Amino acid sequence: MTQPESLTPAQITPGFLTGKRGLVMGVANNRSIAWGIAKALHSAGAELAFTYQGESLEKRVRPLAKELDALLVGHCDVTDTATLDAIFETLEKTWGTIDFIVHCIAFSDKDQLTGRYVDTTAENFSNTLLISCYSFTAVAQRAEKLMPDGGAMLTLTYYGAEKWMPHYNVMGVAKAALEASVLYLAADLGEKNIRINAISAGPIKTLAASGIGDFRYILKWNEYNAPLRRTVTIEEVGESAAFLVSPLARGITGEILHVDAGYHVVGMKNPLAPDIGVVGKE
Amino acid sequence: MSDVAERVKKIVIEHLGVDADKVVDDANFIEDLGADSLDTVELVMAFEEEFGVEIPDDAAETIVTVGDAIRFLKKATAA
Repeated sequence: MTQPESLTPAQITPGFLTGKRGLVMGVANNRSIAWGIAKALHSAGAELAFTYQGESLEKRVRPLAKELDALLVGHCDVTDTATLDAIFETLEKTWGTIDFIVHCIAFSDKDQLTGRYVDTTAENFSNTLLISCYSFTAVAQRAEKLMPDGGAMLTLTYYGAEKWMPHYNVMGVAKAALEASVLYLAADLGEKNIRINAISAGPIKTLAASGIGDFRYILKWNEYNAPLRRTVTIEEVGESAAFLVSPLARGITGEILHVDAGYHVVGMKNPLAPDIGVVGKE
Repeated sequence: MSDVAERVKKIVIEHLGVDADKVVDDANFIEDLGADSLDTVELVMAFEEEFGVEIPDDAAETIVTVGDAIRFLKKATAA
């Protein structure tokens, strides 16, 4: 099924993020959800900063940052506190304050994103939760100091946090913890007018998703069974993200917004949807 | 040169930013063309998009040279 194109800048309320500045973490390439978000934020008038993790991502992120006239802040490995501190020091020196943070970071050992959850090792469990869940809290701690007049923080989650999904395994557990941390951060930071929300995006074929077993089957299943009878694009997630970090959403915090073509309301397979097998094993 | 081979080579040249004369059938993506592990995943995604086929993970792991990609995609598009 053909995907809808992204909205033109004219279709988005012009400049609803004009004068706003923020950091987008987790762009890997032009298929990244973080990139879809960055494009929408830019279209709405925001000024952006990007981080990257290591050299192989730097060479991918550098041209993308240039495309949006974004500040390339530097290398950031969320498991290395010194690099996180350095990013926020640079932001403080360059901009003084920030208005939003978009966190699109997750990691798990690919070998444990297939098969059974019960086989997860302690080491990969800790590492997955540290990178995919705690990092948002670590970022929030630092970003809070740069938001004296309030702000917005956004992270990405997935329906596998709420219900079992094949192969999502420890990442589902990490996303459940991440969604819970959205609620707790929202309560903590609300008095400073800092809003914390998450988007639960439907499956999208990104570099990160290529690590998940039978991902094409999951995509096809969603396409056939979601109320809108399709999957979502990075542009659609991006435009919803731009709304959530903007003043248009100033009354919203602690929210997990599903941008998934409605898949989260589905209880079982649509009887009219074709029966499909796992790709390559049909 | 077949159409499939030309399209595969065009993708490899564009994605990896390498000279066309280096993109020969037995060129190994990582050893000869300087690809990193993310490039190999991105190449497979680009092949899937260009040819409208699905390359399962276990098949993707066997595609290490330009010729491997051409052979796989010829077979996949002929089916």
